[in-house]
Amino acid sequence: MGSSGLSARNRELLALIPVAVLLIAGFAAVFIVRSDEISSVSLIYGGYFFAICLAAHVLLRIRLPNADPYLLPLAALLAGVGLVVIYRIDDGLAARQATLFLVGLVLFGATIVFLRDYHLLERYRYLIAIGSILFLFSPFLLRNQVNGAYLQVDLGPFSFQPSEFAKIGVVVFLASYLAENRELLSVSARKVLGLTIPPLKHFGPLLAVWGAAMLMLFFVRDLGSSLMFFGAFLAVLYVATARLSYVLAGFGMFLAGAAFLANRTPHVKDRVDIWLDPFANNAPEGAGQIQQSLFAQADGGLFGTGLGESLIRLPGPFFPSGCQEAFPFCGSIVPEPHTDFIYAVITSELGLFGGAGLILIYALIAARGLKTAVMASDGFSKLLAAGLTTIFALQAFVIVGGVTKAIPLTGVTLPFVSFGGSSVIANMILIALLLLISDRARRPQHSSSPITGPEEGLGA
Amino acid sequence: MNVPITRLYVFVLLLFAVLVYFTSKWTVFDAESLEQRPENRRPLIAEQQIPRGSISTADGVLIAESVPAGGGQRPVYVRRYPADDPETFGNPIGYSYVDVGRTGIELSENDLLSGEENEFASIIDQLRNVPPQGADVTLTIDAQAQRVAAQALQAAVGPGVGGAVVALEPDTGAVRVMTSIPGFDPNVVDDEGAFSELSSDRAAPLVNRPTQSTYQPGSTMKVVTAAAALDSGEIDPDTVINADSPKRISGFPLENFGGESLGDIDAATALTNSVNTYWAQVGERLGPETLVDYMERFGFYSDPELDYPDTQMIPSGVYNVDGSLVRDGFDIGRVAIGQGGEEGQLRATPLQMAEVAGTVANDGTLMQPTFLQEAKDPDGRTIAELDPDRQDGVISEDTAQQMTEMMTNVVDEGTAAGLSVSTGAGTLAGKTGTAEINVARSLNVPWFIGFAPADDPQIAVAAMIERCTGCTGGEVAGPIATQVMDSLLDGQ
Repeated sequence: MGSSGLSARNRELLALIPVAVLLIAGFAAVFIVRSDEISSVSLIYGGYFFAICLAAHVLLRIRLPNADPYLLPLAALLAGVGLVVIYRIDDGLAARQATLFLVGLVLFGATIVFLRDYHLLERYRYLIAIGSILFLFSPFLLRNQVNGAYLQVDLGPFSFQPSEFAKIGVVVFLASYLAENRELLSVSARKVLGLTIPPLKHFGPLLAVWGAAMLMLFFVRDLGSSLMFFGAFLAVLYVATARLSYVLAGFGMFLAGAAFLANRTPHVKDRVDIWLDPFANNAPEGAGQIQQSLFAQADGGLFGTGLGESLIRLPGPFFPSGCQEAFPFCGSIVPEPHTDFIYAVITSELGLFGGAGLILIYALIAARGLKTAVMASDGFSKLLAAGLTTIFALQAFVIVGGVTKAIPLTGVTLPFVSFGGSSVIANMILIALLLLISDRARRPQHSSSPITGPEEGLGA
Repeated sequence: MNVPITRLYVFVLLLFAVLVYFTSKWTVFDAESLEQRPENRRPLIAEQQIPRGSISTADGVLIAESVPAGGGQRPVYVRRYPADDPETFGNPIGYSYVDVGRTGIELSENDLLSGEENEFASIIDQLRNVPPQGADVTLTIDAQAQRVAAQALQAAVGPGVGGAVVALEPDTGAVRVMTSIPGFDPNVVDDEGAFSELSSDRAAPLVNRPTQSTYQPGSTMKVVTAAAALDSGEIDPDTVINADSPKRISGFPLENFGGESLGDIDAATALTNSVNTYWAQVGERLGPETLVDYMERFGFYSDPELDYPDTQMIPSGVYNVDGSLVRDGFDIGRVAIGQGGEEGQLRATPLQMAEVAGTVANDGTLMQPTFLQEAKDPDGRTIAELDPDRQDGVISEDTAQQMTEMMTNVVDEGTAAGLSVSTGAGTLAGKTGTAEINVARSLNVPWFIGFAPADDPQIAVAAMIERCTGCTGGEVAGPIATQVMDSLLDGQ
């Protein structure tokens, strides 16, 4: 790989230049448009964020010199877009987001330093699985319902979304379990009526995961996150067994189960009804969110209104008078503009091209992540890289699909773009794991010692 | 395991393609229908963030302006009507508010006022980061004459009675005066209570009478009948017809004013003295087809071609009891003198009758009436201005000349004797009308239509009030019209 002249890390450094350009141009544009409302001090958060990117880059230079050169710049590009748009919504939130990236950087570094040999994870897979499931259900166990779903845990002044972290643990478990059992699942299958059916004893885990997803749908009441988790499971299963029939059967079971449960879980049913027709006369409460999302996107057109130019904060007399919370939590025409509906803000201000460009970045990250899976030499690494990449891509699909009414709306964050600490930190850990896998996969054969990697090119 | 991974990537790309498809659906393909949804408040809010252009009269009185409200970097603007006597201009200007919507000129000139007319400039402004702004509109209305009209009407009407004046520039169609009383102050329309009070007021102050109300035009209709008869060659000014009273018209006796029998008279004498039996017989000779044809040329039977909201204009013409316009089957003789019967009653808006006077004044050519003198964008560029449009060639120049002479006679020695304008004796041409709406209580609708100076008409006017007791058009409506004419003629 390193034969084209530039080393991986130098390519990474070059690829960070567009991130810097985006930050400078984006922050400057927002600042010029809204200079009356935001202070020039907040401009430094752009530089602060870029320093975090450079620190991550230096860390990779030292610890993972062979890792994929594009994952970090692509993730930084997403985070840069998110930071600029959050800055446009509220400069105080942008400052908090930039701080969260610092916390994320610490955990990113910790992952890279302490999980250098990520195969350690395999040893603790059941512990990780149980922990993740407890995590996932903790909002329900703590009876913490927000907007009808159990997705959030409040810890004093902070709240975090356990599913963001659980998604990594679940994928680690699935990758590890299926890496060990894939032979059995794929080889000892029989054909019945042209469909490949695995022996019943191996069918058990599939049913167990399906059951878990259904339980999740029922208790967490969130169609999108169950889809995300179950989708990642099917992806890992497919990569492990190469049996499309499993995937189709699994997806069919999911749809059947979801259809059955949706009618019995009021919150999920409402979301589905709104999705079917958000403009219906008797549309459930919450239809307004989707309506406003679509109206905001309609304002965007091909190129958008321009950063800072679209209508988000209700002006003058339209601003609600009895607000308990500050904007954007109250008084925004686009609901949750900095989290769930940030994609609607992006398409409103940057248009179809802006939205499609953002999706392209996700597609490129998926490409790098799956390329890592292809290059990895052992089963666990392949499945882990494929699973992490898929769950990351599915999360983007689930929230953008919800905001664009492609699927029922769900309260997950847009990875790296939405405001929110759990999301930022968990996704930085996810990228760190992908970088760890790719560093091992791309390491030149002669220096594949697991203990001492090449430490050349401290650079910078 | 690499083949499934590649297929997995294809699947991820498919999912993302679905997202791009839906994004393009909302941002581009369905954007317009989303923008028009009633749930969508964005266009409304966006519009209010644009300072709406001001409205001024031709003589420089500021009638409507936008002032910022609510503060902040992006205020919204609310409409204010700063004239000293806003109720004089409430009609026809109308109002523009979020809660009650828009009416009048605020509605018909909305594209200019909100800046939507000027796409190119708005793109440039976007690049320069200048917020869009509406164009300032100058109307053809003369505030001075509008005030004279309002005061004269006010002095002439009893309580709860309405009236209207329309003054047109015959050769351009420019509306110099359009007054409707009772008026209303558009500043208070924003208030819910005041608005419902205005809406339910029996005197109907929100109704712009010149375009929204029809009345029996009485003898002013004889101008239309005479013009049609002369122009079609049915009669000439010297055609003699017996004008004794009563005459059987459509099987029923018709009387002249005061029951007077005038014997054999010519058309000029018959118009000068507004002889019902003469013009009713002329109407019978013309027949409904020809008369309706000429009425249509004058603008009857369709909304006026005025730059004004369709919802605030109604056509003049012969209405049956169901309120439908009819083109035949009515009592032609009585319609010809501005009356009618159950089969069809002639009704006309004040604007229509002003157009009749204006057509005669403009050598027989009807010009499209218009309010728009000029519109300037915020940089001072003129983006629209008065561009006179011919609406119809109604009658020949010769006919118009004959009509002018006959209508001058009306003022010199006929039913409008005693009226005069500042340009001197013999310079006012006109026709009175006194429609009897309740003979028992002698309730009449007095009218006057006319133009001046007769040899070079500068202004054509229709004036009327909704009712008065035992009055005539010459006494009541005539002086209102001449005061307005004087105000406009002096100003020139």
